[in-house]
Amino acid sequence: MNETTGSTATTGSRATRVLGLACLVGLGILGVFAFGISPEDARIEEVSGETVGQGDLVRIMYVHVPMAILSYAFLSLCAVGSAMVLWRRSRWWDHVAHGAGEIGTLFCGITLVTGMIWGRPTWGTWWEWGDVRLVTTLVLFLLFVGYLSLRRVPGDPELVARRAAVVALLGVLMIPIVNRSVEWWENRTLHQQSTLTEMRIEDWTLFTLMLGFLVFTLVGAWMLVHRFRVAWLEGELERSGLDAAISERRAEALSGVEAAIARPGGGAGPAREVP
Amino acid sequence: MNDVAYIVGAWVVGLGAIGIYSVRTLARGRSLSRMVPEHRRRWLTSDTDAAA
Repeated sequence: MNETTGSTATTGSRATRVLGLACLVGLGILGVFAFGISPEDARIEEVSGETVGQGDLVRIMYVHVPMAILSYAFLSLCAVGSAMVLWRRSRWWDHVAHGAGEIGTLFCGITLVTGMIWGRPTWGTWWEWGDVRLVTTLVLFLLFVGYLSLRRVPGDPELVARRAAVVALLGVLMIPIVNRSVEWWENRTLHQQSTLTEMRIEDWTLFTLMLGFLVFTLVGAWMLVHRFRVAWLEGELERSGLDAAISERRAEALSGVEAAIARPGGGAGPAREVP
Repeated sequence: MNDVAYIVGAWVVGLGAIGIYSVRTLARGRSLSRMVPEHRRRWLTSDTDAAA
């Protein structure tokens, strides 16, 4: 195996270092807005005059909501890559699909856990099986855990990629169901209906939420680039191993031929004994 | 601030999971990069060009 050492032996490049730095700075600024500048959620009901809202728990939303939306985005990208795998048999798109699938599943898992943590003080329960949004999100998460598990099955990489692509294309059909579930089954959910698309939040809360989207999008992009490069290296390593094995086999065959030629008798091999 | 434990817990879980995944990906990339010849790591082309 060809060993290369030195400071450049990473998946990093100048562009990813700049992007990584932007992510760290962005996360710092997001922290300042989420915990310092953004106020607690407290509104006065027009009819009753009572103060309502999530209070300080709204600060969890700055992680939870971007993670949810970005999990949809990355899992959709996984499906696009999977479609390209089936259509073009593209290795490049297969790496994109795999990386996006992994990151989307991670973000979906974070969405579930942060949602549970938010739900405990708000609804008084960690989990509610009757809530369609929770259950459909869990199904989406498990479908893509299945996708990632399928990718680890040993076998012909092209065949594994095609099978996984089919699972991803089926799994992504869950996204509109998860997203619309609170409207389709509005009596079977503890979740509120969309506040973002109807702009029912405003000022610093809205700004911090948008900042969260921007920062976590950058973080996701940075992760995807590195994950893609890891997949690329795995492919290169596999191919270079295959090349080495082929060269070794050729050298063996060649040395066998040369030895046969060098033998007395001109390479026809040992004379057979006639009984 | 009310419910501090829940708020901090959610942020720690979110950023912690992203951090662990990122560190693992970087470490895997680092170990694989050492085994793959530099000319096969295409993203380093620009670095090589810049140095040339």
